[in-house]
Amino acid sequence: MRLAAVLGAAAALSACAGAGALTSGSGDGTTIVVAVVSNPQMTDAIALADDFRAAHPGVDVDFVSLPENESRAKITASVATGGGEFDVIMVSNYETAMWAENGWLVDLQPYADATDDYDTDDFIAPVRESLSYQGDMYSVPFYGESSFLVHREDLFEAAGLTMPERPTWPEVRELAAAIEEANPGMNGICLRGLAGWGENLAPLNTVINTFGGQWFDEDWNARLDTPEVREAVEFYVDLVREHGQAGAATSGFADCATRYGQGQAAMWYDATSMVNVVESPEDSVTAGRNGYAPAPVVETEASGWLYTWSLGIPASSEHPDEAWDFIAWMTDKDYPHLVAEELGWERVPPGSRTSTYEIPEYAEVAAAFAEPTLSSMEVADQDHTMTAPVPYDGIQFLAIPEFQDLGTRVGQQISAAIAGQISVDEALDQAQRYAETVGESYQEEGS
Amino acid sequence: MTTAAVAVTGPRRRSAGLLTALTWIIGIVFFFPVLWMVITAFKHEADAYTDPPRLFFTPTLEQFRALFDAGAWPYFLNSLFATTVSTLLVLLLAVPAAYALAIRPVKKTQDVLFFFISTKMLPVVAVIVPIYVIAGRIGALDNIWTLVVLYTAMNLPIAVWMMRSFLQEIPAEVLEAAAMDGASLRQTLLRVMLPMVAPGLAATALICVIFSWNEFFFSVNLTASQAATVPLFLVGFMTSEGLYWAQLAAAATLASLPVVLAGWVAQKQLVRGLSMGAIK
Repeated sequence: MRLAAVLGAAAALSACAGAGALTSGSGDGTTIVVAVVSNPQMTDAIALADDFRAAHPGVDVDFVSLPENESRAKITASVATGGGEFDVIMVSNYETAMWAENGWLVDLQPYADATDDYDTDDFIAPVRESLSYQGDMYSVPFYGESSFLVHREDLFEAAGLTMPERPTWPEVRELAAAIEEANPGMNGICLRGLAGWGENLAPLNTVINTFGGQWFDEDWNARLDTPEVREAVEFYVDLVREHGQAGAATSGFADCATRYGQGQAAMWYDATSMVNVVESPEDSVTAGRNGYAPAPVVETEASGWLYTWSLGIPASSEHPDEAWDFIAWMTDKDYPHLVAEELGWERVPPGSRTSTYEIPEYAEVAAAFAEPTLSSMEVADQDHTMTAPVPYDGIQFLAIPEFQDLGTRVGQQISAAIAGQISVDEALDQAQRYAETVGESYQEEGS
Repeated sequence: MTTAAVAVTGPRRRSAGLLTALTWIIGIVFFFPVLWMVITAFKHEADAYTDPPRLFFTPTLEQFRALFDAGAWPYFLNSLFATTVSTLLVLLLAVPAAYALAIRPVKKTQDVLFFFISTKMLPVVAVIVPIYVIAGRIGALDNIWTLVVLYTAMNLPIAVWMMRSFLQEIPAEVLEAAAMDGASLRQTLLRVMLPMVAPGLAATALICVIFSWNEFFFSVNLTASQAATVPLFLVGFMTSEGLYWAQLAAAATLASLPVVLAGWVAQKQLVRGLSMGAIK
């Protein structure tokens, strides 16, 4: 009797859980499920989704928001097995072309061409290219980033230093030493050391590229044991050990954001999306006192990376039309205006459309960093950032499926070198062996 | 008792004092992160990541309000449902199994017990792909009942083992006496045994509740928007770009509250149950 009551209560609770789920209220309409990475810009989009719902009464949207690693793993599992949980997925320029080739993504070009005033030519060229496969876009950018160097203009001025318009890495090292001398207790620069293909390897790979190094030559021979790579990695490791933050081996983007934002470091080389933190008066004591320079170079003309969070439709989606309606809402020319109206111009997703940079209000709010961001992104391709051709796509990553694993293993070696547990030579010897294994599998495939 | 205490000599008392101090230090070290989480939950974002950390600040409920604005309820209801139903199912299945294994051991009881616990030896990550594919094929992805079934399976072996050890502590004489008085099996179970193992039952239930409430791996892999549980709500506040320590701390505080409450409610039973001295 009592048991029946308990089970009854459980059943009632279940009904309750159903009604309380995120999909309430759409009646017999279509519900699309959108998987995003829980970064601030996406959180804003979730908050603004009522605007989409109002414009599309028959369509409701549910969101699944997870941190980058969980989100990537989950989305990959879902599209690879045709799980079909999602109608819209957040991917990046790392996955898009690979997945398009596998037939996992819906070709968005016909949808985009059929949508009035959507204008894919308005996307920043390297971003558009990086999301295309055989000339068609398979995902469209929500926001994009390159990398640049932020520095404290006030401290530089006080110390009588100037940041060159196009700094080189050796110059950056000298500046780091000089600023530390002028401000005892402060770190000259903050650089990522946390192991991971999307953590320390992102900045490090741009350094390797500009020193003239590469992961593989055109025949998939691993090249991590070359003098150029060695010089680049030694430079990076020495720079962070001598002038970088304490405990650098475990510090990633968020840690550097905190340190730089709290005024503990004078420079920081990282993603252009850092402006969300360092220019926000609530998060950062340095807001309004920052100067931006392009990614430092050595042998190449430019050295910034290219990354973009974009939206695509998995081939397993049962509602591709509604999914596209949602994607178009989130990536069209009006979205920045909606964000500005509801949340403010500083929250507008950067680095996807050139038209965003032509909006006068945005130009005003983003005066300090709009131009450096856009100009970094416009040259963020292999032609400008590498010295020799490579057999893979990508700048700070290699757009091959093996790279998540390979990159993280190599990243761990670098991290250990930064921590001082092993030498750079030991780290690179091990990294070279990992890379050789991957290279061999491509050589076999090619032969 | 009093005489014994008086008889304690100086050095011994000092070492006892040291031991107490050490206990306190260890306790504080273990509790400090939890305390810090709760404190951070009441901070503004700007106060949350200052270096050196700020102990004095103006407390705010802003973070908690933001959580409810972000739609915390469905996650909590899902977790509550999966936890409650799976725990009830576990107890329903584990108690008879444990009774059979403890009171009326049959042949190969040891093998059966070993089989139960051996299912816990396989790492979950090793079976997630088959489970995911099967769930996908039978349309059970993003369904709360999938989690109920998995949580039941996950907790059942532990519950059987725990309940068996509690039931074993019931003296055989008690059962004999019940039989002598003409109690049926049902009466023996409900009137005699149940009251005696109630603390054990509470301890087992609480362990199941804690494990299901905190379970992340199945939930992150098998649910999407409909059946997502509290741990997924929690990680939604972790981001690689931006600083949300206070909000994350508030979400973590809120997520741990139900388990703390359940533990507090069952406290008296629990101490008896966990110290295994329930019967004697």
